[in-house]
Amino acid sequence: MKTGDVIKFSAGALSGYPTRTFLMILAMAIGVASVILLTALGEGARRYVTNEFTSLGTYLLIVLPGRSETTGGPPPLLGQTPRDLTLEDALSLTRHSAIRRVAPITVGSAPVSWKHRDREVTVLGSTEALFEIRHLSMAQGKFIPAGDPTRGPAVCVIGYKLKRELFGNQSPLGQWVRIGERRFRVIGELAKKGQSLGLDMGDVVVVPVASAQTLFNTSSLFRILVQANGRDAVPRAKETILTAIRERHEGEDDVTVITQDALLSTFDRILRTMTLSVAGIAAISLSVAGILIMNVMLIAVSQRTSEVGLLKAIGAQNIQIIRLFLAESAILSLIGAGFGVILAFLGTWGLVRIFPRFPFTVPIWALCAAVFVALVTGLVFGVMPARRAAKLDPVQALSRR
Amino acid sequence: MIHLAGIERTFLVGDEAVNALSNVNFTVRQGEYVAIMGPSGSGKSTLLNIIGLLDRPDKGIYTLENLDTTELTDDQRASMRRNKIGFVFQFFHLVPRLTAAENVELPMILADVDSATRKSRVQEALSSLSLTDRTKHRPDQLSGGQRQRVAIARATIMQPDVILADEPTGNLDRTSGIEVIRILEDLNHKGMTLIMVTHDPDLSQRAARRVQLADGNIATDTGGF
Repeated sequence: MKTGDVIKFSAGALSGYPTRTFLMILAMAIGVASVILLTALGEGARRYVTNEFTSLGTYLLIVLPGRSETTGGPPPLLGQTPRDLTLEDALSLTRHSAIRRVAPITVGSAPVSWKHRDREVTVLGSTEALFEIRHLSMAQGKFIPAGDPTRGPAVCVIGYKLKRELFGNQSPLGQWVRIGERRFRVIGELAKKGQSLGLDMGDVVVVPVASAQTLFNTSSLFRILVQANGRDAVPRAKETILTAIRERHEGEDDVTVITQDALLSTFDRILRTMTLSVAGIAAISLSVAGILIMNVMLIAVSQRTSEVGLLKAIGAQNIQIIRLFLAESAILSLIGAGFGVILAFLGTWGLVRIFPRFPFTVPIWALCAAVFVALVTGLVFGVMPARRAAKLDPVQALSRR
Repeated sequence: MIHLAGIERTFLVGDEAVNALSNVNFTVRQGEYVAIMGPSGSGKSTLLNIIGLLDRPDKGIYTLENLDTTELTDDQRASMRRNKIGFVFQFFHLVPRLTAAENVELPMILADVDSATRKSRVQEALSSLSLTDRTKHRPDQLSGGQRQRVAIARATIMQPDVILADEPTGNLDRTSGIEVIRILEDLNHKGMTLIMVTHDPDLSQRAARRVQLADGNIATDTGGF
């Protein structure tokens, strides 16, 4: 038999029982769609986290005051207060070859007002290095100028949200705003950038680090962001930081250095595993669809017993009958998979509309895998009914009307 | 061409073994017209099924065109059914979702005949049975006589040597029955061997050779050797 004839005959047989065919295609479509959709969700979550980390800056190391030990054992009897990180600590790091940029960060909250408008926002004290490290960009004006970080000129850069709320449509450049008890001149507005690890960069005001320290009357830093000189320099930079801080802190290892890559790859691994397991769960629905196909094909064989008998009487070989019934299962699963793919894309489209910030994507591998698994399921579960049809005794099959 | 020697066929009915055929010896030459008669359960249909290679005898040797069929595999038997034997059934056994033309085409699809040849041979066969205006009709849109004519077209489309008809008029009224018998006899005149199982004594009188079965044995045979 020619392939075209097999397909034509099987497709004809399927269209002879439209309800049953429709239900089987639906089952297959739901199975395929759920595999693709759940994978897209998992992949979206992975990308979301990856994007968050990338927007934090590349080759980034974060220096936190305090040591998080995981050695176990009893806690020290004498309370061990970690030394604060100071601006001098941060500045001492700039002199090393593995390190490209250093941005000390002080964070606090203060009321910001202009004329009669007043807002409580996060105040970020840093240096010009923050601009590059966190991949910021300006909507207008300039960022904090380079210069001696220990001196704090009274200038500030505001986030786009804060600008809108304080100034509306007016230009903020050159205006004096009051932050806490001090006055700052606005020299720039940050471009809209979205969230980065929970901190909304639209709703901040950035001032020179020394100004922030004066504002909050502190000499300690919240953390230090360090950008290494390339990916290979990250471990070296980490060593350098630990050594330099230890020297400055009288031999105490009292800081924690987090590298972005380590965090990222851990999250990446966790989320990838999660995606795969979710896809695996969805694959169960595919096998349910397969069992359904087997079931319905068995019914089809018994309903069409006399047809099989006739085919044998007019000279169909067993392999030809198996081929005919397998083609039916294959057509069912392929059409089902096709509709499943369409359904999955509609679903992702809907999700993207509902959650525009979440990067849903259908990975190509998931698409291929789902369609492939659907086809294999259809064929595997189609073998048994097809063989049963081929094994029918033609005399008995024909004696049924 | 058809030669049966010492054919036996036993069925198990419950715990009891029933001899459908016991020690049947039977020869049919090319071009003969044979009517097989006998009461229900006398083994007529079993004999026809064995001749048609749908059933295997438990004992004995069946040679078709000098070929011992008891040695053949399932696939070889299938290909002999396709090329040498045409079946006509009491209940027509047309595929209900296919049109008349598609039903007639079916054996050629199984035999890998190319599409153009198939179409022209189907048209030829249907027009010779005056079914030209019924080619696109499905079986449920055809009368009984028309259905049986479609079935005959299907049985003869591969130019078989022998036509096996199992009560071909059993489900037809008198007029269409006679018409169907005439068509079958026509084919016989053109050289095809015709073996027909029937209840109807009037029909069997038309056959050149009549074989009477009783209890799995040949009781009388007007043309035996």
